[in-house]
Amino acid sequence: MKINAQGLYYRDLNERIRNAVESGTNTIELDNVNGQYFIGDGLNKPVTITINGVPGNDLAAFMNGATIIVTENAQDNIGNTMNAGKVVVHGHAGDVLGYGMRGGRIHIRKDVGYRVGIHMKSYQENKPVLIAGGNAGDFFGEYMAGGVLILLGMFSDNPEKDKHGFLFGTGMHGGVIYVRGGVDESRLAKEVGVFEVDDEDRKNINEMMSEYCKDFGLDPTVILNERFVKVLPRSKRPYGNMYCPMPK
Amino acid sequence: MLYKSVNESFNEFIVERKDTTCIRCKVCVRQCAYDVHRYIESEDCLTEDHTLCIGCRRCSALCPTGAISIHLNQEAFKKNESWSTAHIRNVYAQADSGGILLAAMGNPAKYPIYWDHLLLDASQVTNPSIDPLREPMELRTYLGKKPDNIEVVYDKTTGKPSLKTKLTPQLKLEYPFIFSAMSYGALNLNCHRAMAAAAEELGTIYNTGEGGLHKDLYRYGKNVIVQVASGRFGVSEQYLNAGVGIEIKIGQGAKPGIGGHLPGEKVDDQISETRMIPFGSDAISPAPHHDIYSIEDLRQLIYALKEATNYTKPVSVKIAAVHHIAAIASGVARAGADIITIDGFRGGTGAAPQVIRDNVGIPMELALAAVDSRLRDEGIRNQVSIVVGGGVRSSGDAIKAIALGADAINMGTSTLLAMGCTLCQRCYTGKCPWGITTNNPYLAKRVNPELAAEKLVNLVHAWGHEMKEILGGMGLNALESLRGNRYKLRAVGLSEKDMYLLGVMPAGE
Repeated sequence: MKINAQGLYYRDLNERIRNAVESGTNTIELDNVNGQYFIGDGLNKPVTITINGVPGNDLAAFMNGATIIVTENAQDNIGNTMNAGKVVVHGHAGDVLGYGMRGGRIHIRKDVGYRVGIHMKSYQENKPVLIAGGNAGDFFGEYMAGGVLILLGMFSDNPEKDKHGFLFGTGMHGGVIYVRGGVDESRLAKEVGVFEVDDEDRKNINEMMSEYCKDFGLDPTVILNERFVKVLPRSKRPYGNMYCPMPK
Repeated sequence: MLYKSVNESFNEFIVERKDTTCIRCKVCVRQCAYDVHRYIESEDCLTEDHTLCIGCRRCSALCPTGAISIHLNQEAFKKNESWSTAHIRNVYAQADSGGILLAAMGNPAKYPIYWDHLLLDASQVTNPSIDPLREPMELRTYLGKKPDNIEVVYDKTTGKPSLKTKLTPQLKLEYPFIFSAMSYGALNLNCHRAMAAAAEELGTIYNTGEGGLHKDLYRYGKNVIVQVASGRFGVSEQYLNAGVGIEIKIGQGAKPGIGGHLPGEKVDDQISETRMIPFGSDAISPAPHHDIYSIEDLRQLIYALKEATNYTKPVSVKIAAVHHIAAIASGVARAGADIITIDGFRGGTGAAPQVIRDNVGIPMELALAAVDSRLRDEGIRNQVSIVVGGGVRSSGDAIKAIALGADAINMGTSTLLAMGCTLCQRCYTGKCPWGITTNNPYLAKRVNPELAAEKLVNLVHAWGHEMKEILGGMGLNALESLRGNRYKLRAVGLSEKDMYLLGVMPAGE
């Protein structure tokens, strides 16, 4: 099913998407999308939505099981508190991606903005994965409590820019960040440390990269030919010693 | 008691035990969560470590022969109006540990309480009073956006009127009280069961707080408002659709501008599952929502929630009472909130830095009056309902809040008191001897959900009845007639400026 989003207010567009999903449509293609907010918000059916154009903020917020493919760039807040499903962005994306995300995958082909992967968390069998192919802004993996973030630094619109910004992993207390080609340790937050990847990590990276490459028609060997490092929190309880009990 | 440090000897409480009355049943030993009491087998006697006592009174309440009493330690530092004992002991503790002082429950410091300076009106002779025992009296409250105007159409054949204007979703409360947001994790499941069951029985609402909704409580959906905070704990598409409303928590009266840390040792299986976070890891709520840096961003989250629930739930935004509360509330209303919840600086907390709890924020009375006035002045008061919390101690306070402009009242501390809390203010230790703010199964079973629910129902019934009596006395038969009716309030002992801010006249005028 195709919907022409040209000039459609976001509320009307999203209502049409919801109605289409309710009536059992499995694949929806949106043409001429131009900044409409909240596409795929709260969708809980395994449908596939292809977006031709640039969707607005809060794409796939609270999404639970749908797949969204963006053929161009995307904006801020993708996958806000997403539970399950997948978002694939063929261009670059904005700030605060995967906020509080606890399941599913977000694959960004190019650069990402600030505070990406903030407060991602995993529990039980849920393990969110966010992969950015280009460079990232400051606060990458802030407050991260679980799941996997991968930063490749390969496919950037601004290749002269640094691979990642300052305060990398600040407040991180769970999960893992893999970075291709190493990190700038002077920009790491005090809560995290850099470690060599082991066989288990390599297996995970290979699996995640093969899915990523399939989405974008890339050759995994080009990505895997460089070493990865992993960034882990030093403590599950970064602020455990901050407090003084009241006097007895 | 051996080898105690000097600072430990400046203990706050003294446990007094009458040995002649003590029957050596050891209830005190079993009941104390802080290991104050100890049985010495060789001597067949009980002894106590005063330095560990927090003054919760669990032992004295449960001692079957009344052998125990707890007193403030009369041994004091030299009297000093500037340096209180608490100040001195806090400095010692911080000099020892280098840490931030933790505190719990609401601000106990000596700030003015405006409720105690406001008096209600009653009818005499003209506009006679109404007897609520014999005449209908309405407390029912609807929370949500109200339209600017309404259009009524009449059926052509029957002539019956019907409302043509489409109303946005409303929360229907039979009493103007909500069991306030206290998260699962801070409180245990027994307390949440009690609040949910009481809300159902009363036809009112229980707020989940930011710790998610336990799977057993989804069945209370019609009486639940689910909260979304910066940590997004337990927030999913099912959760958002589980209740009748959604609340975005921006701030909390006890700790404006501060996030929260639920310590990892409190995160057990059930809490991990409900909060949807890893077992045993700290549940960190960042101070801000990192996707909200402006009113426009707040609007984005409000509408993301509305989109996720297909515009079927009103969205509340909870903010702490701070200096520019009126301007902030105006922004929140314009961002599309259906309800604004204002939490005053006496609002409780499970844990907050003491310096924040005792020094940040403003009284709810002033905040409420300022917000109500501002929204009226801007002509947008109908666009939001106002819920207030933080310092309502009785139906008297509650009805004064209604007269100042509140639509409904959040009951936090009073809810805990009804369930057995004695305000010892040590919630953050996770060892609540009354079984409320603890997830330790041995302690948590001290709250029986059915009995606690009954107490909550009783309290709200009692307050409701008292409110009806007060309304009747004023010659009003519906709470709606008192809402924002400050003419029914008079001030005693307040400055001109205070009265101006509260919008009330002095008594006698």
